[in-house]
Amino acid sequence: MSGHSTYQPQSAFMKWMERRLPLASFVHSSFVAYPTPRNLNYWWTFGGILTFLLGAQIVTGIVLAMHYTPHVDHAFNSVETIMRDVKFGWLLRYLHSNGASMFFLAAYIHMFRGLYYGSYKEPREVLWILGVILILLMIITGFMGYVLPWGQMSFWAATVITNLFSAIPVIGESVVTWLWGGYAVDNPTLNRFYALHYLLPFVIVGVVVLHVWALHMVGQNNPTGIEPQSEKDTVAFTPYATIKDGFLLSVFLILLAWFVFYIPNYLGHSDNYIPANPSVTPTHIVPEWYYLPFYAILRAIPSKLGGVIALAGSIIVLAFLPWLDTSKVRSARYRPLYRQFFWLFVITCIGLGWLGSKPAEGGYVIAARVLTAYYFLYFLVILPILGRIETPKPLPRSISEDVLKSKGAAVAVLALALGIGALVGNSAPAAAAESEQPPKLKWSFAGPIGKFDRAQIQRGFKVYREVCQVCHGMTLLSFRNLAEEGGPGFSRQQVEAVAAEYQITDGPNEQGEMFERPGLPADRFPRPWKNENEARARYNAVPPDLSVIAKARGYERGFPWFVMDLFSQYQEHGVDYIAALLKGYENAPQGVTVPQGNFYNKYFPGNALAMPPPLTDGRVEYTDGSPQTVDQYSKDTAAFLMWAAEPHLEARKRMGLQVFVFLIVLAGLLYLTKKKVWHEVEAPSERARGQRPVQGAP
Amino acid sequence: MTTISSAEPTRRDFLYIATSAVGAVGVAAVAYPLIAQMNPDASTVAAGAPVEVDLAPIAEGQVIKVFWRKKPIFISHRSKKEIEEAQNVNVATLPDPQPDSARIKAGHDQWLVAIGICTHLGCIPLAHQGDYGGWFCPCHGSQYDTSGRIRRGPAPANLAIPPYEFVSDTKIRIGESQPAKA
Repeated sequence: MSGHSTYQPQSAFMKWMERRLPLASFVHSSFVAYPTPRNLNYWWTFGGILTFLLGAQIVTGIVLAMHYTPHVDHAFNSVETIMRDVKFGWLLRYLHSNGASMFFLAAYIHMFRGLYYGSYKEPREVLWILGVILILLMIITGFMGYVLPWGQMSFWAATVITNLFSAIPVIGESVVTWLWGGYAVDNPTLNRFYALHYLLPFVIVGVVVLHVWALHMVGQNNPTGIEPQSEKDTVAFTPYATIKDGFLLSVFLILLAWFVFYIPNYLGHSDNYIPANPSVTPTHIVPEWYYLPFYAILRAIPSKLGGVIALAGSIIVLAFLPWLDTSKVRSARYRPLYRQFFWLFVITCIGLGWLGSKPAEGGYVIAARVLTAYYFLYFLVILPILGRIETPKPLPRSISEDVLKSKGAAVAVLALALGIGALVGNSAPAAAAESEQPPKLKWSFAGPIGKFDRAQIQRGFKVYREVCQVCHGMTLLSFRNLAEEGGPGFSRQQVEAVAAEYQITDGPNEQGEMFERPGLPADRFPRPWKNENEARARYNAVPPDLSVIAKARGYERGFPWFVMDLFSQYQEHGVDYIAALLKGYENAPQGVTVPQGNFYNKYFPGNALAMPPPLTDGRVEYTDGSPQTVDQYSKDTAAFLMWAAEPHLEARKRMGLQVFVFLIVLAGLLYLTKKKVWHEVEAPSERARGQRPVQGAP
Repeated sequence: MTTISSAEPTRRDFLYIATSAVGAVGVAAVAYPLIAQMNPDASTVAAGAPVEVDLAPIAEGQVIKVFWRKKPIFISHRSKKEIEEAQNVNVATLPDPQPDSARIKAGHDQWLVAIGICTHLGCIPLAHQGDYGGWFCPCHGSQYDTSGRIRRGPAPANLAIPPYEFVSDTKIRIGESQPAKA
C-alpha cells in the first residue's frame, strides 16, 4: 500500500536528491500519503504512542548511562548520585523507570486491541509475529534494566529469573552458570546485563522497523475488520492519523507525568532502595507489575520444569494465534460469542496479575491454576472451536457505510489505563501481616504542592545528630546538602561548622598513613563503625544506613487502599512507618517472648527489633518551643529522613505543576486541531463535497 | 483527498500556529535538562573546593605537582638564577608578553604557581627541560621559561596561573575561597 508515491520534488536540489536517494518520497509515501482506514478509533493510536515511548526510553537511557557505573560496589550509589547530584538526574531516572511501566501498559493495550479486532489474521500473520517478538524483547530488556540499580529486588530478581533456566534438563545448571559468569549472580552478571540492556533497545528499533514495514505492506486493520475498498474508505496518514495520534499521545503523557512528578515510586518496591545483599532474600519478592501475570502462571504449576514451560508457553502461544483462531471474521464486533470469551480473557489476565502479587499459598494458588487453565484453553481450545460453531453478525459492505461510533474512546482508554495500572500495580510489600498498620499522619510535604517544613526538618536533624547517628550512618548525604535548595535551609557557615564537628578519614599522607581531619562541606556523613562485622559485634545487628530509609521502608496498603493511593498521591508510607516505629515500643503481650537483646515493637514486621527504644521525652532540647516529646521527635525525625531520601522533592512537585499546566494546554490545543482537521471527514458539508453527506454520518 | 473549508481561515490558522508553537516550546523545554545533565554534577563541583599546600618541604630548585580540580598544578621553588632569568627578559619580544611580576605574588618571587597544562593541546610539560630552563612539552615541542611563559613552539599562551593566595609564608591555598556556583 506504500507503493507508488504522489510526491513531486519541487526544488532543483530535491529533484537531484530524488534520483540518488529517494528519502523524501519514501517518507512522503509512508507517513504522509499513506492511506489509513478512516474509521480507526483511539485504540489505534497506541502504535504511535509506543514508538514515542521507545524513543523516550532510549534518550533517557543513554543519558542515564552517562552517569551510571555497572559495578556491584558502585551501581547503587551511582544511581543515588543521579538522583541527588546530577542536574535533573531525578527527573531523568523517574522518567526512565516510570516510562518503562507506561511502555508496557501501552504495549498491552496495543495487544488487546489486536486481539479484539482480529488484527493477527491473514494477511497480517507476520506483522503479528513480529509484535510477539517485540513484547518478548521488551520483557527481557525491562528485566535487565530492573537489575541495574542493584537494590535488593534487582539482585533477587536476577537470581530468580536466571534460575528459571536451571529447569532445563541435563544442561540447565551449566546454562545458569554461563548466564551468571560466576558461581552466583555477581559483578560479571551485572556487567553483561548492562551491556545487553544498552544493546537490546536498538534490536527493538530494528524489529519495529520490520513491524512497520510489514504493516505498510498489508495495510492497517480497522474496527470493522473489512479491507478498505475505495478511496472513500481511507484518509491520508498526515494530517489525519498524525494529529489523532498526537492528541492521544499528549493525554498519555499526562498519565506518565502523574507518575513521574507525584507518585514516582508507586509502581516500584521499597525493598529496591535497600542495597543488594546476597545473604538475605526479602520476605516477599514480586516482580514489577507488568510481569505479574506471567509470574502467576509460573507459580501456578506445581513442578519446576512445568512452571517454566507454562511461562514460556504463555508468550509463545501468541505467535501461533493466527492459525489457532479459525474464524474468517476479524472484528469482535461481529462475533458475539468471541466477544464474551475475549472479555473473560482480559479479566483473566488482570486476575493473574493480581494473583502474581499475592503470596503463593492457599486459595491464591487454586485461583491462579483456574485462570492459567483458562489462559491456555482460550488459545488452544476455545478459539479453534469457536470459529467453526459461531454464527457471525452480517458485516457491513464497506468501511464508509459503517459509522464511527466510539466518540468517548479517549476517555475509555484513559479509564482502562488507570484501571489496569490500579489493579496490577501493587504497592510495596514490606511489613508482615501480623504487625499493626502505622497510622496515616499529616505531612507538610504530601500532595501535589507539598513543601518541607524547614523548622521541622531542622529539628529532625537535631534528633538525628544527638540520637540516631550514635549507631546509624547516612553515607549518601553530604554536609553541603544541608544548605541546598529545598532542604533544611542552613547557611553556608552553619554547614561548615556542622561538617567540622565530624572526623573524616583521609589519606594516605606522605608517610603512607591514613589520618583524620575535620569534615568539609563536600564530605559525606560518616558511619560510626568501620565495617558490618564491627557493627554486628557492637550492636547485635547492623544498623541500616539512613540515607534512603524513608523510601526503603513502607507497609502493605492492601486492597482497595492501593488503588486510592494512585489518585490521592499517597507516597508517605515510608515516613508513616518510621514515625510509628520510633514510638511503637511496648511491653510484649502475654505469651509473646522476644529474643534476648531484642525489643517488642508493634509496627516492626515480626515485632522483635534489635534497636532499643531510641527516644525518651525531653532527651533532645528544642529551641523553637516545640513539644519535647517522643511523639514530636519521631515525626520530626521521619520528616528529616524523608528529605534525606528525596532531597529534590520540592523541585519535583514544582516542576510537576508546570508540566501539568503545559500538557493540559497542549492536549486541549491538539484536540481542537484534531477536531478541525477531521471536521470535513466526519461531517462533510455539501458545499465542500458537492454531494450528500456519507450515509450514517452524524 | 478532502477539501478543507475555506471559511474562517484566520481562526483555523491561529489554532494551527498556536498548537505548533506550544509543541515547539515543549520540545525546547525537554531538550534543556537533556543537555544540562552533562555539566559537572553537584558532587564534582563541591569536590573542586580550594586545597591548601604546605611549601616548607619544597627545596630550592625543586618543582612539585599537586592536583586541584583534577588539574596538575606546578609549584616551582625558583633559585636566584631562575628568578633572574625570568625577570631579565625583554617582555615585548615574547609571544605572549607578560612580565614575571604579573605571574607571581609580590614578595614571593621564589614561588611560581602555574597550571601544568600545555596551552597547545593539554599535555603536561616536563620540568627543567628545554632551552629556557623551564618546561618542555613532549607532545609537540612547546618550550616555556622559568616563569612558565611560552618561548617557542606551537603553544599560543603562557601556562595559566590558578587563583591562589598565601595563607602564611609557607602555605598557599589554591582555588577561590567561594567555590563556583553549581
